Amino acid sequence: MSAVPLLAVRDLTVRFGRRVAVQHASFELWPGEVLAIVGESGSGKTTLLRAVHGDLPADGGRVLYRLHDGTLAPLDGLAEPVRRHLARTEWGFVHQNPRDGLRMAVSAGGNVGERLMAAGMRHWGRIRAEATQWLRRVEIDPARIDDPPRTFSGGMQQRLQIARVLVTRPRLVLMDEPTGGLDVSVQARLLDLIRGLVADLGLAAVIVTHDLAVARLLAHRMLVMQGGRIVESGLTDQVLDDPQHPYSQLLVASVLQA
Amino acid sequence: MSLPAYSFAYLDEQTKRMIRRALLKAVAIPGYQVPFASREMPLAYGWGTGGMQVTAAVIGPDDVLKVIDQGADDTTNAVSIRRFFALTAGVRTTERTAEATIIQTRHRIPETPLAAGQILVYQVPQPEPLRKLEPRETETRRMHALAEYGLMHVKLYEDIARHGRITLSYDYPVLVNGRHVMAPSPIPSFDNPKMHRSPALQLFGAGREKRIYAVPPYTDVVSLAFEDHPFRPWKAEAACGLCGATETYLDEVVVDDRGGRLFVCSDTDYCAERRKAGHRGAAAGHALAAGEGG
Amino acid sequence: MYVAVKGGERAIAASHAVLAETRRGDPAVPELGVDQIEQQLGHAVDRVMAEGALYDRTLAALAIKQAQGDLQEAAFLLRAYRTTLPRFCASVPIDTARMTIARRISATYKDLPGGQILGPTYDYTHRLLDAALLEAGEVPPAPRAPEPADAAMPRVTALLDQEGLIRRETGDRDAEPPDLTRAPLTFPAPRALRLQNLARGDEGFVLAMGYSTQRGYGGTHPFAGEIRYGTVAVEIAPEELGFAIEIGDIAVTECQMINQFAGSRTEPPQFTRGYGLAFGHSERKAMGMALVDRALMSRELGEDVTAPAQDEEFVLSHSDNVEASGFVQHLKLPHYVDFQSELELIRRLRQEAEARLAEPSREAAE
Repeated sequence: MSAVPLLAVRDLTVRFGRRVAVQHASFELWPGEVLAIVGESGSGKTTLLRAVHGDLPADGGRVLYRLHDGTLAPLDGLAEPVRRHLARTEWGFVHQNPRDGLRMAVSAGGNVGERLMAAGMRHWGRIRAEATQWLRRVEIDPARIDDPPRTFSGGMQQRLQIARVLVTRPRLVLMDEPTGGLDVSVQARLLDLIRGLVADLGLAAVIVTHDLAVARLLAHRMLVMQGGRIVESGLTDQVLDDPQHPYSQLLVASVLQA
Repeated sequence: MSLPAYSFAYLDEQTKRMIRRALLKAVAIPGYQVPFASREMPLAYGWGTGGMQVTAAVIGPDDVLKVIDQGADDTTNAVSIRRFFALTAGVRTTERTAEATIIQTRHRIPETPLAAGQILVYQVPQPEPLRKLEPRETETRRMHALAEYGLMHVKLYEDIARHGRITLSYDYPVLVNGRHVMAPSPIPSFDNPKMHRSPALQLFGAGREKRIYAVPPYTDVVSLAFEDHPFRPWKAEAACGLCGATETYLDEVVVDDRGGRLFVCSDTDYCAERRKAGHRGAAAGHALAAGEGG
Repeated sequence: MYVAVKGGERAIAASHAVLAETRRGDPAVPELGVDQIEQQLGHAVDRVMAEGALYDRTLAALAIKQAQGDLQEAAFLLRAYRTTLPRFCASVPIDTARMTIARRISATYKDLPGGQILGPTYDYTHRLLDAALLEAGEVPPAPRAPEPADAAMPRVTALLDQEGLIRRETGDRDAEPPDLTRAPLTFPAPRALRLQNLARGDEGFVLAMGYSTQRGYGGTHPFAGEIRYGTVAVEIAPEELGFAIEIGDIAVTECQMINQFAGSRTEPPQFTRGYGLAFGHSERKAMGMALVDRALMSRELGEDVTAPAQDEEFVLSHSDNVEASGFVQHLKLPHYVDFQSELELIRRLRQEAEARLAEPSREAAE
């Protein structure tokens, strides 16, 4: 086991005007590890995720990523082409709303194949075979390969988005409320799927969720955020079964009551 | 009021120098679109202002100019541009490809292979090959800078998925010098292979969009495709009715109102030369062969 | 019947002759003089000067005559002439505070130093066709107020500026401004370049874009702080001279819109200004321009860019009617080479589709 984490977030701060959305957030993520960030809406968890992905400029702190040579490199120090190459090969981002992560007018096959083509694959038959295999893997009928995602149900769209992200075998996946906005029965199926894929592929993942059940099912470790701060972190079972911070206690209690 | 006196080839020397600087940069980075301060010309935008500015910047008194539109020397716009340079630069003009030192073209590459020392100037309506996929200039410039062309291949992938083949028939995108994806202007894809390692200098001017780009002589120009769906240029499966040529791009002419059609070479000079050399097609002697239709 | 698809030189020459004849119209009607256009169709001249980006009333009137009153075509003629002129220098910024005022109104103050001066305006006319104009006739002289005391007419925005309520304009007054005619438009475009583009932009387009901000597509809560029309001196400062000299007067319309701004990460709530300036008397153009100018500041002010009028690539790339008119009308040029390619393609695709459709029925028959 390497002594260097895959991702290290140090002292990250993001402000919107006078409001501090994320304050001095620090955490590490190790290869193959799944980390959940929980908190109620407005706690800063999605902002933290977007800042880690580089979609929002940080007002302080750094995000470091382990390159293939084993060094931890600050992302803001990498050249734009290198960063974009990493973003479309080694990382993936799963949006809460699949419309933000899919090309709605492009067929399912084209959506899954895009990252392969961006990475230089130029054999149509192989791209299609790979896309077919991935559709099967996320439980979408391969006969739908030429249909555009707007003809898919919400759950199918979300599974397609996951296939599109995973097709290049990324090392790190960031997910923003991947089951939000779906029916409860659909949620359960999607969670099962994600759990299986993460384990099979040995993915490292950060999952933002307001749903403690999602954290319990998927995550090894979790962070609890309140008002832009990480107020508690630890092994998932430990935090959920024996929360230390009063806010974590409240969060866990409210779920139990409901 | 007296009319102003115009410079040689219309544009003032400062403007020509500015365009030449853009051209040099374009030649140095094959396929890269160089922004330039395009001027208003006395012709409307979209009617060849970019090509005219490039021609005006490279033409000298000893040059021999040929202008074609749709492959023909006698189309209205070709006539108009040829007359413009005959008037403002006093240069000799020709309809013969082999005689010309500069050929300004819209939508075709001549059939007669070009030679070293010749310059082909393309009129370009939309220089950005990614524009139909991404309307934002800031975004497409970034895609070129980082050579992020995945989106272009998604389009081609979709074509094959839907139609079994790539359904671009003109303005078919090419990769130049292994680096920049470039719009060849709306020439039929049939003409694309002529760009590859051509001994002539190929210059592209887009006046309204204010871009110049170039393919220097002997540069690789590869039409985008997939390994298992290679690029295939097409043309009508027919021979020219006038000269019998089977290797040329053909125009389809409706000859009557009962569905009668005649295929003829789109390159009028090439067709005339062949006829002069004794080649005859199935409809030899048709009124079209007289040259002037209007 | 064979349809001629190619036109020769003779056909073009004949077309030009017909055009000249059509332009002249009935020879029994006296020919229109360029001086008549200049004097009596002043708003047309103003618009052509603005969109042609050249201040020359006589040439603009000539262009209008030559274009048979087609103002976009006239602007194009003026532009094609302008492009051949050498560029000597940039003028010193004109000072509209020192304008010889013909009209000056503010919608934000009932009264203000210098007063409200209505001047010539259609604003309060009833739009009833005036049969009297069918006949030639003399116009009685208009009454005029005595000249304003010392012509002190501070701009409304300067009054707000004293209180620090309006966002300060930034930018280097001494720096050479960018020139849209000498360097291509690039994005993101600085404000000076945006204003140049809008000043030359099509009045109808700029008006519609401005209007769209009033209907909720990127609202800016505008007030017409001040509109003034009159003549200002143009000065240049040749380097070898070391001081500015006047080279003439031009008539301009200026509009300063005052807009709300909620404040951002770095700035407190304050008013902002949208600016419009047009050659001649063109209030519609200047006001539309001021609305669009403000909408285009959204990015710099950290506001959400959601509406077309806030999208500088959309607005600036489509405002120029010489570009737009040329490109739309180039569709009249022959496209038969491209069309032929498409024809071949669609025939092939249909053949293949028909072959695919035919297959299962063949199987069924077997």
